[in-house]
Amino acid sequence: MAIREDQSRFKSIIKGKVRDDFKRYVTNGEMIGRREDEFVKIPIPRIDIPTFRYGPKQNEQGVGQGDGEKGDGQGQPGPGKGEAGDQPGEHMIEVEISMDELAEILGEKLELPKIQPKGAKNILTEKNKYTGIAPVGPEGLRKFKQTYKKALARYISSGIYNPQDPAIIPIRRDYQYRTVKKTQMPYTKAVVIYMMDVSGSMGDEQKEIVRLESFWINTWLKKHYKGLETRFIIHDASAKEVDEDTFFKTSESGGTLISSAYKLCQQMIQTEYASSEWNIYPFHFSDGDNWSGEDTRLCLTLLREFFLPHVNVFSYGQVESKYGSGQFLKDLQKEFGTDDRLTLSQIEGRDKILGSIKDFLGKGK
Amino acid sequence: MANLTPELESERKRILKIAKDCGLDCFETIFELITYDQISQIASYGGFPVRYPHWKFGMEYEQLSKSYEYGLSKIYEMVINTDPCYAYLMEGNSMMDQKLVMAHVYGHCDFFKNNIWFSKTNRKMMDQMANHATRVRRYIDRIGYEEVEKFIDTCLSLENLIDRHSILNGLPKMNEAKPAPARNEQFMFKVEKSYMKNYINPPDKVADQKQKHFEREALKPEFPSEPVRDILSFLIHYAPLEDWQQDILTIIRDESYYFAPQGMTKTLNEGWASYWHSHMMTRHILNDSEIIDFADHHSGTMFMQMGGYNPYKVGIELFRDIEERWNKGQFGREWEQCDDVRERKNWDKKTNLGREKIFEVRKIYNDVTFIDEYLSEDFCVRNKMFVYKLNKETNQFEVDTRDFKAIKAQLLFQMTNFGQPIIKIENANFENRGELLLHHVHEGLDLQPNYMDATMQNMYKIWKRPINLVTLMDSEPQLFRYDGAEYTRHSLADDKKAEGPEQREFPKS
Repeated sequence: MAIREDQSRFKSIIKGKVRDDFKRYVTNGEMIGRREDEFVKIPIPRIDIPTFRYGPKQNEQGVGQGDGEKGDGQGQPGPGKGEAGDQPGEHMIEVEISMDELAEILGEKLELPKIQPKGAKNILTEKNKYTGIAPVGPEGLRKFKQTYKKALARYISSGIYNPQDPAIIPIRRDYQYRTVKKTQMPYTKAVVIYMMDVSGSMGDEQKEIVRLESFWINTWLKKHYKGLETRFIIHDASAKEVDEDTFFKTSESGGTLISSAYKLCQQMIQTEYASSEWNIYPFHFSDGDNWSGEDTRLCLTLLREFFLPHVNVFSYGQVESKYGSGQFLKDLQKEFGTDDRLTLSQIEGRDKILGSIKDFLGKGK
Repeated sequence: MANLTPELESERKRILKIAKDCGLDCFETIFELITYDQISQIASYGGFPVRYPHWKFGMEYEQLSKSYEYGLSKIYEMVINTDPCYAYLMEGNSMMDQKLVMAHVYGHCDFFKNNIWFSKTNRKMMDQMANHATRVRRYIDRIGYEEVEKFIDTCLSLENLIDRHSILNGLPKMNEAKPAPARNEQFMFKVEKSYMKNYINPPDKVADQKQKHFEREALKPEFPSEPVRDILSFLIHYAPLEDWQQDILTIIRDESYYFAPQGMTKTLNEGWASYWHSHMMTRHILNDSEIIDFADHHSGTMFMQMGGYNPYKVGIELFRDIEERWNKGQFGREWEQCDDVRERKNWDKKTNLGREKIFEVRKIYNDVTFIDEYLSEDFCVRNKMFVYKLNKETNQFEVDTRDFKAIKAQLLFQMTNFGQPIIKIENANFENRGELLLHHVHEGLDLQPNYMDATMQNMYKIWKRPINLVTLMDSEPQLFRYDGAEYTRHSLADDKKAEGPEQREFPKS
């Protein structure tokens, strides 16, 4: 139908607008709030074709009907009119963009390479698909067409088919049902483990940055791994696993022992995510303050001996904060230099989110 | 005949019979029963199943289908002014709704057929629109989607620049001679070999010719000789367009003129159809079990919200008022001169001309003349009408006055030029440089500045010479100018005759 053509043209124009304005959406949290399973809803201004038209004063008076004396209130202007100004079209429309498309835009904008899953080809899983046919089954799965064919064949072969009266009445043994067929599917499994420092020095703005960044990282990884799992660990002087909501909302105080989170993460990987089967992406965000040099040394050992050999890539993002010394990043740099199994990124503010995502995902690992 | 269910079909026949008995005179009307998706689709195309491809229809569809799916709105009825008339019913509406819609549609059909403002519209517009679509698609194949789409965007930006008052005479024709846009090429001989160019056409000679040309031009009467309201037609004739562009602009203009009468008779048309659906439903069509649903639906349609003008409501009340007045003889000099309240209240001369009168009104009026002629003080008082204003401090609409004159002035003001600003071409050779000078006839409201700016830029794309516009902005006469690169404004405040723009030197800033 022609309208589909116009609709898809319209949508591609909209997507073009989202693409052009992508940076604004990346650094703006409102979009994440409107996430549904497969889609995000992005409010954008309705595209208006400009014409000579009257200015907004037109809406300020008119003729009405009903009771009331001079000066009586009669309700508020409807939504969508907004302030008189020189911004065009305050009417908003909501566009749905699938996570896949969003990831594509992200990839395109940042020129991100495709991720090469490691060791994935060897892993096969069995998947059930309803492609089989069986003579028994629940009525809900009865296949009309196959049943009819079978009955028709029986009519013809037994010579009772009458073209003048082509009614076919199936009997019990004509019935055909859909059934499960097992198929082998290659399967890639991936887990993202987010770790965040929630000690007093990480403020709301810092957490918002982590939230935005992890949203985009997730979007990108999801595009490459169907069953992406995410886990969340918060830590100050000790670490614990939390759900997503808590992860972004908790604020604690106290000291910081980064190794506590690394240990918990290590334990998680060892018990649940065998590195031969899983693509593992630990992300750690902190402001770079660690309690002691000794703890830092412990972290470095853990990284060298456990994480780097087992994970796809270990990412560390350092968010600038007023209180953080930023020492941890320097320590990592000094220790590992240009080891490409470790990605380091410094995020000075919201504006730097895009660049930092590029740091993390730009390696295609 | 269409795909109505037997039950609907028999109702249709019954309602048609009733409509005819009431004196309605319709084209043959074909009802189609379609799904909500189809109805959103056709509605996005302005009622036509085939239109030229453009994203704006996609946008409409996106909004209509979404708002239906979310349960925010529902299209009950759609009827197209063609012969035969096409009307759409939505599958799954209740029987009462369908009957109501059919009765309402017959009202519209009668109006389309008989109202004088529709007399010149193309009744085969269904075919015409499909033709337009084919033509545009052909250009797309030849020139490319992007470029054609971009040009349509430009044209749509100018689509309201037509002369609505000319539609009674059929589409106006241009009969002025083509002006000579001053271009260097015009004063040169054609040169095959580029190295010969400066010998065959010495630059000083060309400049000399051009100068002479301007001198000659300056003596000529201004062009156009009188201001032009049908700007689209002017552009089609005189703008330097390629053939395909000219054709597309013509298409946009034709469609704009086709839809214009509907914008000019909204109140009258909806009022008329509502008057008849209400009349027929309550007297002839409804059965007992449907009356509550009908009342609910009807009053929902007639509800007039603050901040909004409901043409259904104003229209139906005015028609009822006219019928009653003419039935009782409340018109003419004697009535106008009567000051006695009691006498006026009991005035009934049993003239019984009401029915005849409303048929006359539906024939020869449009919204402006309708309101101007029949909105009476009694009517305003009886319907508790008032003018409201937005109180900026409280951000609330407030009753401002119940003064009859103010109400009428406000209503008529909203309808001036049917809600569109009046823009004329004053001069197509402004400053003797082939620039376009437009004049916005200020009616009390400023133009929306950012839209004005963008629209002038679009007009530049077509005229390809600077566009000037004189208007009143913030109570100060100003000249806006877009020269292809820059957008400037000059105040004309010190010019006493700023009302009528004329050729003069504007200070350069």
